[in-house]
Amino acid sequence: MNGAKVELRGLRRNFSGTTALDGLDLTIEPGELIALLGPSGCGKTTALRCVAGFEQPDEGAVLIDGADITRVPANRRDAGMVFQSYSLFPNLSIRDNVAFGLRVRKVAAAKRHARAQELLELIGLPQIGERYPHQLSGGQQQRVALARALALEPRVLLLDEPLSALDAKVRVTLREEIRRLQLSLGITTIFVTHDQEEALSMADRVAVLRAGRLEQVADPATLYDRPTTAFVAEFVGTMNRIPGKLSGRTVTVLGQDLPVEGDVPATSDVEVLVRPETVIVTPDPSSEAMILVSSFRGSTSRLRVQLGDLEMLADVPGHDTVRLAPGTRVRVELVERPVLVSASSDVAAAVPVSEHDVV
Amino acid sequence: MTVQSPVHTAPAAAGGGSRPKKSKSWLATVPLLAFVVLVFGVPLVIILGGTFTREGTLSAANVTDSLQGAYLTALLGSVKLSALVAVVGALLGTFLAQAVVTSRFRLLREAVLTASGVLSNFGGIPLAFAWIATLGNSGVVTSALGLDSAGWSLYNFWGLTLVYLYFSIPLMVVVVVPALDGLRPQWREAAQNNGANTWQYWRHVGIPVLTPTLLGGVVLLFGGAFAAYATAAAMVGGTVPLVTLQIANALSGNVLIGHENVALALSLDMIVVAGLVMAVYLPLQRRSARWLR
Ligand SMILES: Nc1ncnc2c1ncn2[C@@H]1O[C@H](COP(=O)(O)OP(=O)(O)OP(=O)(O)O)[C@@H](O)[C@H]1O
Ligand SMILES: [Mg+2]
Repeated sequence: MNGAKVELRGLRRNFSGTTALDGLDLTIEPGELIALLGPSGCGKTTALRCVAGFEQPDEGAVLIDGADITRVPANRRDAGMVFQSYSLFPNLSIRDNVAFGLRVRKVAAAKRHARAQELLELIGLPQIGERYPHQLSGGQQQRVALARALALEPRVLLLDEPLSALDAKVRVTLREEIRRLQLSLGITTIFVTHDQEEALSMADRVAVLRAGRLEQVADPATLYDRPTTAFVAEFVGTMNRIPGKLSGRTVTVLGQDLPVEGDVPATSDVEVLVRPETVIVTPDPSSEAMILVSSFRGSTSRLRVQLGDLEMLADVPGHDTVRLAPGTRVRVELVERPVLVSASSDVAAAVPVSEHDVV
Repeated sequence: MTVQSPVHTAPAAAGGGSRPKKSKSWLATVPLLAFVVLVFGVPLVIILGGTFTREGTLSAANVTDSLQGAYLTALLGSVKLSALVAVVGALLGTFLAQAVVTSRFRLLREAVLTASGVLSNFGGIPLAFAWIATLGNSGVVTSALGLDSAGWSLYNFWGLTLVYLYFSIPLMVVVVVPALDGLRPQWREAAQNNGANTWQYWRHVGIPVLTPTLLGGVVLLFGGAFAAYATAAAMVGGTVPLVTLQIANALSGNVLIGHENVALALSLDMIVVAGLVMAVYLPLQRRSARWLR
């Protein structure tokens, strides 16, 4: 195992008034790929920069394999970093970019060129060593940046939204490639992103940050299925908020009684958090509810259903689309399983139901 | 070079009837060309014509004269002064610009940039007068600090260097600030991340990226100092040998009868010096900017 264990302990960082990190605790196991996910401004970049040494926490410590490196200068840390964009040295050829760290360490030219070539082959671009950064596409540049970050064989890899400047297709191939490389090298990796799909598809574990604190850290499936807070539930994936009545640890919603999991608010008027795929929609001419919009997505269709004052989203199997055309009267039920609830006033906690990719 | 590519032979084989249509786009450059001919061509013809005639006959005597004695001293004096001003001005200007760019005080930045914009255009008699009134023989500062008894004089080579730097440093600031702003913070951080210290960052990335701009600045400063006349004339008159002063001298008739055209020969010498500077500068520029292409 080449990866190091990384521990963030009570990291706190203030920027003239704004609190970027507010006591962040997180332990990353050797060889693990962890994604830092959270809304803009929640402190992801700041946390990563504390590990890289570009930022000094006001309080707290960063430990690598148990050793406190909080005060170690950035150029003596054992962590390679890939920046969001345009970080290649424009005056150096690709080969010299990749070999930069070796040159600084006074490795002989022949040896560092050989190593650079090895890395270029690793990222699948063996023929571009002589070119200059501006002659590469954005995706190629980020691959080279990755090769450069790996050149000194660091035991920690830090990626700050390395794919966000790329188009969707390149993004998907490149993230698979990063994951493949990361697994084969066994390098501990912290991947900052605000793209939940990216986080869920790549990471061993996902850490959701909110206002400089850790909200939840779990493997993707757990995070999606068993979010411990309403914030996580709404930030990861899509959520419906449906009014319900709470009594004890049971909530009555849409005429059904469902068990409640997680925190229970003090009020009895609550909103129940329901994923679109746990909403069951069946045609029923006598029902009040009606389908407003249907968008076909291949294996599934996402429906927007009107139910009194309420609009909710439901995912149904793709082959049901024909029966469930817009204008159809339908009956709406929820899958019998424990649900999360939040106090009705807690709406500002996260993104509203109207998710960006919804019709 | 005897191998012809098939692409070139193809039209001929096809009968040669369809030559590529002549573009009329060159017409747009006519005003520019006319301007160039008027402003550069005509004076050049006059200079060349005058330089190589003496008392109505073709002769190289003017050129020979211009490269001897006091004229040669003046030419070399100008080159020396300009080179010194260019190098020192470029260095100090770059450091000042870097200090301003990295400063956390926005107001300071704005103030220095505005002042640089103004001062870089400060020249001629007003500049000379400002310095004479401040550091001349009976200038305010000279009197206040008693510099004259300490042997201070503004009216020599070093005084002139100082005055030229006064507009050259701001000019350099104006030139390099955009380039310094263009150095991305990621480059420095990426360098650090790869184990480089501050010096190594500058050595391998910062300075190479800036070099094309710095070279351009040096050449600009050299040209500005080389061609400057009014300031020097007002300040030192004839006490510091400078080629522009000699040209003025010759033009105003202060020469042997029949030697009036030496002024034109001196102008030609200046053009040649400028050409030599460009001959050094352009290959360096091309080399330092090869990563841009
Ligand atoms: N150098 C700085 N000076 C002042 N404030 C800063 C600085 N860096 C970050 N901040 C502030 O700290 C907070 C956290 O910033 P950070 O860059 O860590 O967020 P982020 O989670 O990476 O956001 P994004 O997804 O937009 O990149 C923000 O409110 C930001 O404005
Ligand atoms: Mg960020």
